[in-house]
Amino acid sequence: MSVLPYLLAVFVFLVGLYGIVSSRNLIHIAVCVSVCQSGTYILLLAIGYKTHGTAPIFGDIPSSRKVVDPVVQSLTLTDIVVAVAVSALILAFALKAYEHEGTLDPHEIVEMKG
Amino acid sequence: MTRSMRIGLFLAGAAGVGFLLVWGVLDLPTFGHYAGPYGDIVSKLTEPQRHIANAVTAIVFDYRGFDTMGEELILFSAASAVAMLFRETREADTKDIVDAVRADAVNGLGVLAAIVTLLLAFDVVAHGFVTPGGGFQGGVVFAAAFVFVYFTCEYHAYLRLATTKFAEPLESFGAGSFVGLGMIAFAFGLAFMGNFIDYGVTGRIRSGGSAALVNWSSALAVAGGFMVIFSEYLKDNMAARYGRTKKVVQ
Repeated sequence: MSVLPYLLAVFVFLVGLYGIVSSRNLIHIAVCVSVCQSGTYILLLAIGYKTHGTAPIFGDIPSSRKVVDPVVQSLTLTDIVVAVAVSALILAFALKAYEHEGTLDPHEIVEMKG
Repeated sequence: MTRSMRIGLFLAGAAGVGFLLVWGVLDLPTFGHYAGPYGDIVSKLTEPQRHIANAVTAIVFDYRGFDTMGEELILFSAASAVAMLFRETREADTKDIVDAVRADAVNGLGVLAAIVTLLLAFDVVAHGFVTPGGGFQGGVVFAAAFVFVYFTCEYHAYLRLATTKFAEPLESFGAGSFVGLGMIAFAFGLAFMGNFIDYGVTGRIRSGGSAALVNWSSALAVAGGFMVIFSEYLKDNMAARYGRTKKVVQ
């Protein structure tokens, strides 16, 4: 079952995509975008994992100790912060859309119909 | 397009994307046996080369600092965009709103929580190169301290502490000094973001050389950015709940 973590990442990503397509609420869409992003975190962290590896912080472990890959961890870290900022931006758009159209359903907003 | 058509179209596309993704991940190295050399090299080098115990923050603020600068600017532009979207509501519109929590115990505990959170934020940022932590996490914790003031005291108190006059310059200074620190390296004849002070001792607060300063500037930028975002939402929400006390000039 060595590919299971990768398949989980694919699954989470596709579930998020389905949510975005089928959504009837802009706030729900913002949550679905976050779900998609979570899929990328799982993929990144799964790639860098090493069996019996520990966190790559050498404060109190010897430098010979097996550690997981720090590069993907730092990518995930910055990714999370940016994801929160982007969610804030999407939700601000959703609020403004509600103010102008009186609804959060993308099917009822003419500009978003498609 | 009807809903069922849309779902049908999505399922056809998703089947293709899913097939390609699964096909792609099947050829990845077996889980738990990552063989990429880059991460291993960085893990081995951070301590002798940069005197940083935490390899993750070493990558974020030093080895891939240029990359992080880009991410920092994404956060900056997202916060600016939120502020712009909510520009119709000004701080002056909501400053007469009274929205106080009338329970001394909640007020007291809230102030205590805010102070503890603020200290925790400084601790998380300062020890970013020693233990898990760093500018990004610490910056978010810093912003959270101010949110406590709103939750447990009152909107007025929050406005006084975390005005736009405070949060916006904090964010701008943080993002600007990130780039500025990179450019200071030029004066020493180094490449952009090169290290220009001594690396210090591994495991101490002042380790990592000028990357430690980059850590602090990113903490300011993240804290300011999150405070701007929260303040803008709160302001808009307050105006929606209580009505604007001043008319908007169109």
